[in-house]
Amino acid sequence: MTKIYMDNAAGTPMHPHVVEVMIPFLKEGFGNPSNLHQFGRITNDVIQEARGHVANLIHAKPNEIIFTSSGTEANNFALKGLLTSHKKKGNHIITSEIEHFSVLNPLKSLEKLGYVVTCLPVDKYGMVNPDDVKKAITPTTTMVSIMYANGEIGTIEPMKEIGAITKERGVLFHTDAVAAAGNIPVNVEEAHIDALSMSANQFYGPPGIGALYVREGVRILPFMEGGIQEGGRRAGTENIIGIVGMGKAAELAKLEMSQRVPKVQSLREQLKDGILKNIQHVYINGHPTNRLPGNLSLCLEYIEGESVLLFLDMQGIAISSGSACTSRSLKASHVIMATGVDAAIAQGTVLFSLGIDNSVDDVKYVLEKLPPIVERLRQMSPLYMKGK
Amino acid sequence: MQYSAKVMDHFANPRNVGEFPNADGVGEVGNPACGDIMKMSIKVENNVIVDVKFKTFGCGAAIATSSISTEMIKGKTLDEALKLTNKAVAEALDGLPPAKMHCSVLAEEAIEAAIDDYLKKTTGKGLEKKKAHAHDEHHGH
Repeated sequence: MTKIYMDNAAGTPMHPHVVEVMIPFLKEGFGNPSNLHQFGRITNDVIQEARGHVANLIHAKPNEIIFTSSGTEANNFALKGLLTSHKKKGNHIITSEIEHFSVLNPLKSLEKLGYVVTCLPVDKYGMVNPDDVKKAITPTTTMVSIMYANGEIGTIEPMKEIGAITKERGVLFHTDAVAAAGNIPVNVEEAHIDALSMSANQFYGPPGIGALYVREGVRILPFMEGGIQEGGRRAGTENIIGIVGMGKAAELAKLEMSQRVPKVQSLREQLKDGILKNIQHVYINGHPTNRLPGNLSLCLEYIEGESVLLFLDMQGIAISSGSACTSRSLKASHVIMATGVDAAIAQGTVLFSLGIDNSVDDVKYVLEKLPPIVERLRQMSPLYMKGK
Repeated sequence: MQYSAKVMDHFANPRNVGEFPNADGVGEVGNPACGDIMKMSIKVENNVIVDVKFKTFGCGAAIATSSISTEMIKGKTLDEALKLTNKAVAEALDGLPPAKMHCSVLAEEAIEAAIDDYLKKTTGKGLEKKKAHAHDEHHGH
């Protein structure tokens, strides 16, 4: 059966070299890195090596990297850990409407504890206006948390501009870079980022491992308490196998970035052009140019995203949908809605997220299968009246 | 969340898709903002639904519930068709994921709306009392 994976935003397949370096540690990676004996020394050494690769990927120092269980944990840790450690300065945080739920939901909890959250709107491309950030800062603002890039619509946010503002105003800058890190060049120095969340399974590493970068000198309270792992900032015996895999994935991402970005972007453009040529009443979500290389988010008018997803799955093509019916909440994606798309049209959201394993043949196959599916569903739709 | 084989069958091969040029009754329910709209068209002879067609904008469950409910009311009297419950529709599909139960409610409502429309056209009076629907499972419109 055909297997075409275009759901890389939900999780990338592991790179074969990543799998290769992880396998020996299934057998030999049991030594607790906190121990001084030879078994502990082996695992401790590989963790430090992986930390170096992860740091290098985002232009940070190894001691600024804290391994976590996921991007979600990194976001929770950053928000709760930094806000509580800077409580004396104030209780105000600025974020955006298109953040991931692992930012929005912790902030809701923090609001109940007395923190004040300002949620900035975005323009029709999903872009935060740096001027809005500047205007929203008050004397009690401790932190700005704006995502690096949005995985659903692909838009890359103005990091350098926001970083310049937060630096000037003496406010912490956290970014959820889960969709960006490993896929586009990320530089915490250039953009004056104080904390950054990332996840390995967004750049061909294993699932279940992520990291939080915290700038040297910035105090953060531990989220997970216990032992002195990760410099006392994140307790719990390290996920050695995951860390080894993440390290390799980061090393490869850095090494191959200049080839991966144009390759994936060119495939995405071919898919986009083919869809726009062969299907009518299609809208592209997100920024036209300033976007993640593999992201193609579309609204297919008159039909609903989940039914497109199911029909494509029958043809062996895996994608995502942003419609109400695919989410348990029965609401269309908050990200698509924040860009001002009409609620009915938002139901027809589908997301193709391409990756380094996709080929020109994959794109051709999708372009062959998608138009008849859309036509069939439109013929079934009471909203679609051809020629009228 | 996974669909049963029966749901997937009715989704992939929906029965009775379309509409009639001269339908005796048409019912359209739902709201595009919530993700589904169902339109049921019926042909009635001697109080019996002799033919039925649907058009649906919606997810896999919405299309499957529309399809199976047309099969369940075809050849039935209006009274029998009005007795069809969303629960029976869901059961006939070997169950629906909890988040999709509202689709079966919509199918029940669409049938009722089509019959109501037919009665209004023929007798000048619609259904006297609309049924109480399982609106707790139905997201707000």
